[in-house]
Amino acid sequence: MTEIQRKHDRAPVPKDWTYEPAPESRDVVKLRERYGLFIGGQWIEPSESYETISPSSEEVLAIVGQGTAKDVDTAVAAARAAFENGWSSLPGSERAKYLFRIARILQERSREFAVLESLNGGKPIKESRDVDLPLAAAHFFYYAGWADKLEYAFPNRRPRPVGVAGQIIPWNFPLLMLSWKIAPALACGNTVVLKPAETTPLTALLFCDVLRQAELPPGVVNIVTGDGRTGAALVEHPGVDKIAFTGSTDVGKAIQRQLAGTGKKLTLELGGKAANIVFDDCALDQAVEGIVNGIYFNQGHVCCAGSRLFAQESIYEPLVEKLKKRLETLRVGDPLDKNTDVGAINSRMQLDRIKELVAAGQEEGAEIYQPPCVLPEKGYWFAPTVFTNVAQSYRIAQEEIFGPVLSVLTFRTPEEAVEKANNTPYGLSAGVWTEKGSRILWMANKLRAGVVWANTFNRFDPTSPFGGYKESGFGREGGLHGLEPYLRFEE
Amino acid sequence: MTRLPVKKTYKLFIGGAFPRSESGRTYEADGQNVAHASRKDVRDAVKAARAAQPGWAAATAYNRGQVLYRLAEMIEARTSEFAELCTGREEVERSIDRIVWYAGWADKLPQVLGGSNPVAGPYFNFTVPEPTGVVAVLAPDEPPLLGLVTRLMPPLVGGSSVVAVASEAHPIAAVELAEAIATSDVPGGVVNLLTGFRAELGPVLASHMDVNAIDLCGADGQSAELERLSAENVKRVVRGRADAQSPWEISSFLELKTVWHPIGQ
Repeated sequence: MTEIQRKHDRAPVPKDWTYEPAPESRDVVKLRERYGLFIGGQWIEPSESYETISPSSEEVLAIVGQGTAKDVDTAVAAARAAFENGWSSLPGSERAKYLFRIARILQERSREFAVLESLNGGKPIKESRDVDLPLAAAHFFYYAGWADKLEYAFPNRRPRPVGVAGQIIPWNFPLLMLSWKIAPALACGNTVVLKPAETTPLTALLFCDVLRQAELPPGVVNIVTGDGRTGAALVEHPGVDKIAFTGSTDVGKAIQRQLAGTGKKLTLELGGKAANIVFDDCALDQAVEGIVNGIYFNQGHVCCAGSRLFAQESIYEPLVEKLKKRLETLRVGDPLDKNTDVGAINSRMQLDRIKELVAAGQEEGAEIYQPPCVLPEKGYWFAPTVFTNVAQSYRIAQEEIFGPVLSVLTFRTPEEAVEKANNTPYGLSAGVWTEKGSRILWMANKLRAGVVWANTFNRFDPTSPFGGYKESGFGREGGLHGLEPYLRFEE
Repeated sequence: MTRLPVKKTYKLFIGGAFPRSESGRTYEADGQNVAHASRKDVRDAVKAARAAQPGWAAATAYNRGQVLYRLAEMIEARTSEFAELCTGREEVERSIDRIVWYAGWADKLPQVLGGSNPVAGPYFNFTVPEPTGVVAVLAPDEPPLLGLVTRLMPPLVGGSSVVAVASEAHPIAAVELAEAIATSDVPGGVVNLLTGFRAELGPVLASHMDVNAIDLCGADGQSAELERLSAENVKRVVRGRADAQSPWEISSFLELKTVWHPIGQ
């Protein structure tokens, strides 16, 4: 009998121990039946529209606009007008005050936004409440402070705004990604046209009300909802000076091709297949928590998720055993329940993609483990999943799944860990778990990834640059480095 | 009786060696027969660059700076020869000074481009610049030496390795530069110089899956097509200028890595 089993048998809690429901109230959110497009400070009636739902219940939440190429054109014109009629020539200290206002209003209305984020995106309320919203507000607060200090960030370079920025964001952190895009763009004196993800438009639309309260001049921020066609129209629009895209590597490549020869500035934050490397001298229980946070945080809908676990062979068995045990305690279900750890999969399309890759993993010969859990009948759900017996060539070890699915692989030496970890076209993030300081720094140096978390995982901060190597994209968001994509220099 | 001079065969520079083009082709430029590199030569050069890059990046910044400074010494000693192969002495001197200027950046970049980040939590967090990897350079036609030096130094000082296509019209200075590089302690494969036709070699470099960044300085009308090809592996595309000198030129060929670690007892 292992030590873990002994501890488990001695555990004082009964095995059928359950939680009472602890739902966060929905009352704080007042949704309109329909939303238009937010252009030039006005709500514009869309010519086409679609229903946006809650992925945890499939309930229709609102009807939103499907922005057409004509709508995009109107939005770009509004952004251009706002850029030229004041915003770009406003003193940085005044631009800063608008951003500070936005940060404060987001803090004041954070519960409302958190509930709506969980409702429309399916993520657990404790994540939208404790991660998405505080970070979104912090991003505005951080970049507000830069608006009148750009000359110090880029000495001797005469930084100037680029113009109109077209920004396309994903559905995994809707409001947070909006803040990563809008805050630095505005701080640098640009105006923006932002397209939220097709499945998660609602917090971006509610954000327009924050802009109203902040009295941001009309046209400085324009929100055009819609699917990929709307995004493509924005990328193709000749009046846009800069494109910032966060999303899949395939779409990122298509955008890079599309912009070839146009001279437009481009930043891409694309996919990942992060290695989370666990050495036998790590603090094992902390590592298990880090692994769980690395791949099950936000249902694994995280581009930097630690989706490949590399366990040193000498601790492979106890690590996997502890991990499986820990998975049993994860609570999957209602995103608005304050005790929920893993919420709903964002869309049926994403669920199908996860199912396809999981089936491929089983077919290729990997061994699947899912803890016993009851999934709700309505909505899109996928149980936390661990694959063992995974070869590096398997699709589940190569392709980004973007779901709560972990592939466990093994290694013997640090050199082997580095070689296997880097054996991917991606290079967004990586994790290292060891108590040996010199090894952490050696690993951090060798791993080809833009973010390395040592003895932690999935930490984010407005001051900390984020972005990828290789096919995970280029450009950085966050920190001083996150200003550069929104500036041109009159050197 | 006057002595008949020994004429030089102008060859490629790949992996620290001076091979002819595997295609056996040459073309005439600057009154000489110059190697006319093939697509296979490009692939060989990329392979050599990839193999050499980790060692170059792992060298201490102080060492990289000294090696590049040594290159300036090697050119200085051959100033007269170089002067005959480009627009003259002034171009050579500016090239030497530019190399010295960039050499001094090797051990200063991380402090100017990186730093620690004051995150809101018990973590130590810092950002360091790292080399992008293998960089392709399409050198401008003019000026033949300074243009090439201007585009070579930024990736090199940051720790990347380079495959460069020399000025098509005036390639002789590049071959001479290769000889200076070969005697300056730059490890073999860190710089690879090809002479040939950009229209033929550019697309091979732009679509090569093991090239991480491409400098389109000399691409002329080809830029849009090369940018399109570059998207296949999300290459960093740099539209370099033939005469520029700044640390931001270097940062175009750097990646930023951010490392987090908890603070605790």
